Amino acid sequence: MAELLRVAGVTKRFGGLAALDEVTLGVNEGEIYGLIGPNGAGKTTLFNCMTGLYSVTAGQILLRGTPIHGLKPHQVVKRGFARTFQNIRLFANMTALENVMVGRHTRSRAGVLGAVLRCARTRAEEAAIRDKARALLDYVGLKNKGRALAGHLSYGDQRRLEIARALATEPTLLALDEPVAGMNPTERRQMDELFRKLRDGQVTLLLIEHDVKLVMGLCDRVAVLDYGRKIAEGAADAVKNDPVVISAYLGGEAP
Amino acid sequence: MPDRVFAALRGRPRLALALLAALLLALPFVIGAGLGNSWVRVLDFVLLYVLLALGLNIVVGYAGLLDLGYIAFYALGAYLYAWLASPHFGLHLPIWMVLPLGAALAGVFGVLLGAPTLRLRGDYLAIVTLGFGEIIRIFMNNLNAPFNLTNGPQGMNLIDPVSVGSVSFGKPLEVAGLTLPSTYLYYYLFLAATLLVIGVAMRLQDSRVGRAWAALREDEIAAAAMGINTRNVKLLAFAMGATFGGLAGGLFAAFQGFISPESFTLWESILVLCMIVLGGMGNIPGVILGAVLLTVIPEALRYIGDLQRATLGHVVVDPSDLRMLLFGVALVAMMLYRPAGLIPSRQRKREFGAEDGVAEQEQSDLYDARA
Repeated sequence: MAELLRVAGVTKRFGGLAALDEVTLGVNEGEIYGLIGPNGAGKTTLFNCMTGLYSVTAGQILLRGTPIHGLKPHQVVKRGFARTFQNIRLFANMTALENVMVGRHTRSRAGVLGAVLRCARTRAEEAAIRDKARALLDYVGLKNKGRALAGHLSYGDQRRLEIARALATEPTLLALDEPVAGMNPTERRQMDELFRKLRDGQVTLLLIEHDVKLVMGLCDRVAVLDYGRKIAEGAADAVKNDPVVISAYLGGEAP
Repeated sequence: MPDRVFAALRGRPRLALALLAALLLALPFVIGAGLGNSWVRVLDFVLLYVLLALGLNIVVGYAGLLDLGYIAFYALGAYLYAWLASPHFGLHLPIWMVLPLGAALAGVFGVLLGAPTLRLRGDYLAIVTLGFGEIIRIFMNNLNAPFNLTNGPQGMNLIDPVSVGSVSFGKPLEVAGLTLPSTYLYYYLFLAATLLVIGVAMRLQDSRVGRAWAALREDEIAAAAMGINTRNVKLLAFAMGATFGGLAGGLFAAFQGFISPESFTLWESILVLCMIVLGGMGNIPGVILGAVLLTVIPEALRYIGDLQRATLGHVVVDPSDLRMLLFGVALVAMMLYRPAGLIPSRQRKREFGAEDGVAEQEQSDLYDARA
C-alpha cells in the first residue's frame, strides 16, 4: 500500500506554546486512519496545518510526496485533500443542495463570462454540478433533503451534509474532525457504515474521534497525540493496550 | 382589485412581461404629462441610482463585503467620460468607446482598492473602503495643479451628451410627429442599461461565481476549505460592483454635462447603501424598490415647502431638514419591523426570520451543549 500522506516532524507554535511538537506520521492509501488523544492534544491543530488553515512552524507535510504545507486551503483541496470541521461549518442559509454544489467549485470552471452569457458549455457544467450534488446527497443518506436549509437540518444530517460537501471536491484523502460527536448510537452506527462505504469507494479517511469503540472497530491504524506529541501509533488493538496511552487518557505518571 | 389583476397575470408570464414593458416604455410620457418634465429628470436619476444600487448589491448583498466607498467608482466612470468626451482635453470620443472604458477603469480600481482590504472584515472593511472613497474624491478636488487633470472643485463642464449616429441626446428629437425631450431620450438609454445590468446580476447570482460569493458571505473559512480561492472571489466581487458603478458614472456625466467632486461625497455612498438595506439586501427587486423610494421621496418632499407657503404663508420646516428626519425615522422603523428589507431575499428572510430564527438558535444551543 502506497503512502498517501506523510507528516514529517511538524511543529506548530503559538507564541511560547508548542501545540504540535515534531509530529511524524504516515497515512496509507485506502485505509481508515484514526487520530485520537485527550482534549487539547493538538489533533485539530494538526488538521488545520494539513489543510492550509495554519502554516507550520517547522517540518513538512507531503501529499503523495509533494509538499502541501504552505499552500492555501483551496490549493490543498484542489490536490484532492478535503476536510470537515469539528464545530460544523455549513453555509447555514443556503440549501443542502447548494452547499454541496459549492463543493464542486474547484472541479468546475465557469467564470463571469460563462455565467453572464450562459453558453452551452456553462449550462452543461451547471447541470453536471447539480446532478453530482444530488447524487452525493443520496450517497450520504440525505435524499429528498436537498431543498432544506442547511441550518434547519438535524444535527446528524448536518454532519452528513458536511461530508457530502467535502466529497463534492473529489478528494482522495478526506479528513473528518469528530464526525460522530453528539450523535446517538443509531446515528453512530449509520456513520460507521458510511465510513466503510467511503473507504471501499477508494477514499482514504483520516479521522479525529473521541469514541474509542468506534475508532477501534473502524480504523486500520491509530495514532495517539498528547500535549502535541505523538505518543503511540499502530494497529488499533496494540495502541489500546499501550500503557503510555492509558496513562495519557486516565492521567498518571508521565513515562 | 389589484389582487385580481395579479392573480390573472400569475399564470401568464408573457402577458405580465408585455404589460411591464409597455408600462416602462410609456412611463416618461405618463409622468411628463402628469407631473411635468422635471419629474422625468427625477425618473432618469432613479434609473442611475438603480444601476448604482445593483452594483453595490454585488459587493454587499452577494459577497457580504461592506463597502462604504462605492461612490468612488461612480466618480471614476464620470471623470473618465469627461476626460475623453469634453473640451477639457479636446477629446470627443464616441460613447460606445467611452462607456466601456469607464466601466473597465472602475473595475480595475475596484481590484486595486479591494486588494489591500482582503484580510479585513465587517467594520474594519467599512472604515477602509470609506477612506478609499474619500481619497478618490479628494484627488478629484485637488488635481487641478500642477497639471490640470480634473479642474478641481470647479468641476468639468460642457461634457458631450450621448449621441448615436447623428442623433444627439442633448437636444429634443422629433420622431413621427412626437417631440422627445432630452430627458426622455436618456430615460430610454438608462432603461436599456438598467435592464442589461439586471440581467447580468441575475445570471451572476445563479451561477458558480454567485454560489462562491454566497459561500464567502456565509463562512469564509468553510468557503476556503471547499476549494474557493477567497482572494480571487472577493476581488471579482469588487471588480464587478465597481464596473457597474463606472458605467453609471459615465452615463451620469453625459446626462448632466457637468461633474464636480461635490457629486461624489460620502453621503452618496451611504445613500446607495441605504437603498440596498431598505429594499432588501441581495434581492434584485428589493434593491430596485429601495433605489426608487430613496430617490423619489426626497424629491416629493420638496413640495412640502410649497405646501407650507400656501397654507401658512411661510416655510416653518425646511423640507431638506425634514428629509433627513424622515430618512432617519424610516430607517429606524425598518430595522424594527422589517430588518431584512422591504422585499428580502430568500436567504436574508431566513436569517432574520423571527420565529424560525429563535427555534433554530435554541436548537443549535442544545447541540453545542451536547457536543
